[in-house]
Amino acid sequence: MKRREGPWTILGAVLIIAWALAPVVWIISLSLKAGDDINNNKFWPTKFSTENYETVFNTPLFTSALRNSIGISLLATALSVAIATVAAYAIARLDFPGKKTVLSIALAIAMFPAVSLVGPLFNIWRSVGLYDTWLGLIIPYMSFTLPLSLWTLSAFFREIPWEMEEAAQMDGATPWQAFRKVIVPLAAPGVFTAAILAFFFAWNDFVFGISLTSTDAARPVPAALAFFTGASQFQQPAGAISAAAVVVTIPVVVLVLLFQKKIVAGLTNGAVKG
Amino acid sequence: MASITVKNVFKEYGDGFKAVNDISLEIADGELMILVGPSGCGKSTLLRMIAGLEDITAGDLMIGGERANEKAPRDRNLAMVFQNYALYPHLTVYENIAFPLRLNGKYSDEQIRAKVDEAADTLELKEHLERKPSQLSGGQRQRVAMGRAIVREAEAFLFDEPLSNLDAKLRGQMRTEISRLQRRMGITTVYVTHDQTEAMTLGDRVAVLRKGVLQQVDTPRELYTRPINLFVAGFIGSPPMNFVPASIAGRTVTLPFVSFDVSQEVATALGERELMIAGIRPEHFEDADMMDEGKLAQSVTFTDHVDVTEWLGNELFAYVPFETTAEVHENLKGLARELDSESLRTQLVVALDAASRIGDGQDAKLAFDPSKMHFFDPASGDNLTRDLAVVAH
Repeated sequence: MKRREGPWTILGAVLIIAWALAPVVWIISLSLKAGDDINNNKFWPTKFSTENYETVFNTPLFTSALRNSIGISLLATALSVAIATVAAYAIARLDFPGKKTVLSIALAIAMFPAVSLVGPLFNIWRSVGLYDTWLGLIIPYMSFTLPLSLWTLSAFFREIPWEMEEAAQMDGATPWQAFRKVIVPLAAPGVFTAAILAFFFAWNDFVFGISLTSTDAARPVPAALAFFTGASQFQQPAGAISAAAVVVTIPVVVLVLLFQKKIVAGLTNGAVKG
Repeated sequence: MASITVKNVFKEYGDGFKAVNDISLEIADGELMILVGPSGCGKSTLLRMIAGLEDITAGDLMIGGERANEKAPRDRNLAMVFQNYALYPHLTVYENIAFPLRLNGKYSDEQIRAKVDEAADTLELKEHLERKPSQLSGGQRQRVAMGRAIVREAEAFLFDEPLSNLDAKLRGQMRTEISRLQRRMGITTVYVTHDQTEAMTLGDRVAVLRKGVLQQVDTPRELYTRPINLFVAGFIGSPPMNFVPASIAGRTVTLPFVSFDVSQEVATALGERELMIAGIRPEHFEDADMMDEGKLAQSVTFTDHVDVTEWLGNELFAYVPFETTAEVHENLKGLARELDSESLRTQLVVALDAASRIGDGQDAKLAFDPSKMHFFDPASGDNLTRDLAVVAH
């Protein structure tokens, strides 16, 4: 029997969607209000205008921040996933002393509040010359996303039956070939999940971004937004900030839409026997 | 292709448990050797040691006359078919079969195509080449796993219970298919199974293992007619051999339901014994009413109460309960446990001609040929009359 949606279910769904999307719509609406239209006391702009977007893309502060954000997030993600894949494989497959310790320390790192580490990092980075550089942000992003990637991926690797590897070995594969040609493709949903979670973390981070940078050299978008002024210093920057916020949300939305299926597979695969 | 020699091989785990205990086996070039035994007997461990997936604690493994103990699995050039097939789920059937060739690196794409096509032809997988393993049935997956093994020129095939995940009908077909393929390719094969029917029908020779110790290596005929001990006798044959307490005085053997005289040779071999275990296979009993005079004269006949009968169309099983001594009962219970079966009561299982009219609850006149009977020492389990047994031809 096919289940039919009752009116209450539909009402509930509408409420939840409204709840989730209202702020997004509000920001989009703000970003489309030109100049002083922002004070029009209405939800929608009196006149739709792309002025804010032009301002944003003509501000070097924003364009360089966008470049930084993309570069730093992608590099941190790639490194984190690459390291986590190899490490998680070792944790899932090999029996070495201190395996439990590695996993629990990784979890402990993930539990540290970022704010408590920012101060010491700021001092260290300044003395070793990593302050205000890409690497100075890539390292903390990578370290903070590693534990999550590690846990996600090791759960995935554990699900892959031993026989897969043994079969590959019998077929003449070296351990590295077996890993690359059999294990990693089988864990692909897990790798995607880990990559996307890591990317979101790096992309959305504000605390490290604002504390460990001082110039356009490495400042990412979330931090740069705080330095926004309007077209002139007497104007409220809310419109421009909204436009920038919309622009940085787009990659995340695109990513999620592209990999939606893979993420769902990734988030559920660990739990259910495949 | 190569011979495989296992010499005094041990597998000992960290806790001192010996999964494989001093096994020596010579597997000739082109031979199909079956490793058989109940679960936990070490047969799979031994196979995995030959494959290189399991370390060898002590002893020598020679493949093609060369010591292979320390070689990595990929350097041994053996092809293996796993119990759950272990197909690569992310690759198509074609790529699964081509996988070992691609790893080898010496083959061009055309050569690979030709080889995969040939293997697919042999195994009738042509129309499935572009499908993924998840879209195949159990039997087809099994054939893909075989394809992956035969596509390369391996020194030997290793099969680890390859048919145990198939249903009974398919198992029979695949068994014949494997046998045909192996004969045609003439490739050395080690085949692990717990199913004695598979062992009997497939093997050139069969090695019976028990708790990591090799019991007997022989042709299926030898195993059936001349089992070396109680364990092998009970394991080979379906339904299993009947074990009955027996005593002998002079030439007269006494069973719970009948006494009869044995030949002088048998009597000499046995001596005087208060207690031994007599073994006779269900198929060596007959319905005395259906036998001709000449045959009847050579047989021992007795009348006993038939408890239950089962008519299968081609034969009739009759169950005849009998009294036994506590000592033998314990002994047989232990044996049944080892053989993964449960003997609830002491009874003879008798396989009769399907035309027999014996029914439930009747007293039936049964006959057996005493020369087909084996006698075992109850303590050691050794077959006391093995040398006198006649090999069926």
